[in-house]
Amino acid sequence: MIRELSFIDVLYLIAATRWTLALTAIAFLGGGLVGLAIALLRVSAWAPLRWLGAVYVLVVQGTPLLAWLFVFFFGLSIFGFTVSPWIAAAASYSIYAGAFLGEIWRGCLQAIPRTQWEAGASLGLGLTQQLRYIIVPQALRLAIPPTVGFLVQLIKNTSLAAVIGFIELTREGQLTTATTFRPFTVYLIVAAIYFALCFPLTQVSRRLERRLHVAR
Amino acid sequence: MTYSFQFRDVFAAWEFLLDGLVLTLELSLVTMVAGLVIGLAGAAGRVYGPAWIRRPIAVYVETIRNTPLIVQLFLIFFGLPSAGLKFDANTAAFIALSINLGAYSIEIIRAGLEAIPRSQIEAGQSLGLSGLQVFRHVIVFPALKLMYPALASQFVLLMLATSVVSQISAQDLFHMASIIQSRTFRDFEVYILVAAAYLALAMIFRLLFAGLYQLVFARR
Repeated sequence: MIRELSFIDVLYLIAATRWTLALTAIAFLGGGLVGLAIALLRVSAWAPLRWLGAVYVLVVQGTPLLAWLFVFFFGLSIFGFTVSPWIAAAASYSIYAGAFLGEIWRGCLQAIPRTQWEAGASLGLGLTQQLRYIIVPQALRLAIPPTVGFLVQLIKNTSLAAVIGFIELTREGQLTTATTFRPFTVYLIVAAIYFALCFPLTQVSRRLERRLHVAR
Repeated sequence: MTYSFQFRDVFAAWEFLLDGLVLTLELSLVTMVAGLVIGLAGAAGRVYGPAWIRRPIAVYVETIRNTPLIVQLFLIFFGLPSAGLKFDANTAAFIALSINLGAYSIEIIRAGLEAIPRSQIEAGQSLGLSGLQVFRHVIVFPALKLMYPALASQFVLLMLATSVVSQISAQDLFHMASIIQSRTFRDFEVYILVAAAYLALAMIFRLLFAGLYQLVFARR
């Protein structure tokens, strides 16, 4: 049934944005945990652990996010699981974000000079204590601008969850298009909402980066 | 686990996968060339152009970089026909991917151009190089060399992102996977196989880019 595109549709699109944000939050949380593990593996003193981290990053950064979504959503049902779009999306995005956040944070950890670790060791701190009291507080400051930058990527990439039927902004746009048959206007509104979410974050990330460079 | 994996049906449809692979490669390569051209021209305009050129380029870059590729694709493929511009799926895919990669390339190359010290340009001028020679040898070449790793990884990400064009029914590798899935119901096998194919492609592209760097930049 075709009906006119009206203001209520715009409200529906804005309402669907909360699912985009919810998925982003889940992905950031899950990806943050995975990423932390990957970053620590990558700076580990034992080579096989470093390789494990490297292979993870290589594989995830070398495959499309879309493939992960499809493997989890369609593929896992053969093992007798019924996978909801929520579970499939949460798992795929955690895996995906973990690889990128892991690489970002590894870079930040490695940017802290070796001598800082040694200074900690010479004060009698253990490895976890060195990380906790010396390395992480300094690395955190470096990590914030690129992490905010990646958040923008994450928000944009949640749009791919639409293809497994996860109702978020892009999917809502598809549904609205199907009933109103006004694809140009609808997708323009959808794009505008994404822009409104992402542009401020881009600016924040850029400003933080600039401030970091001035401070050093 | 009672499921037995059967890749046979999937491999039996290898001609589909090959067709899809060819389009994925075509899309990637053409888009990379277009992206580099847009990136170079756009970055030059963004850094050295007058304000009426700088502004629109900045708006283009920010708009594209802050909206999802799939929405850009839908806008071009589903949206533009109502404005009288109708493309087939492959053309729409080429256009959307080029516009998208172009914006990212401009931003990357711009950072490279801005990293070239003014004194280096003046040194070139004082050696009697013409404006074009300075631009080519003193500005663009070192800037590209500087930003090569960022550009190369952006290009590999783009190759992976081409999978999104399957959603407007362009017949790329990922779309072929969906076709095989609906024929054989071997969901897991086909998507794992396609993921592996993309992984192999990503590694091949990375190797090629590393080789290209040695060829073009390393010895100078």
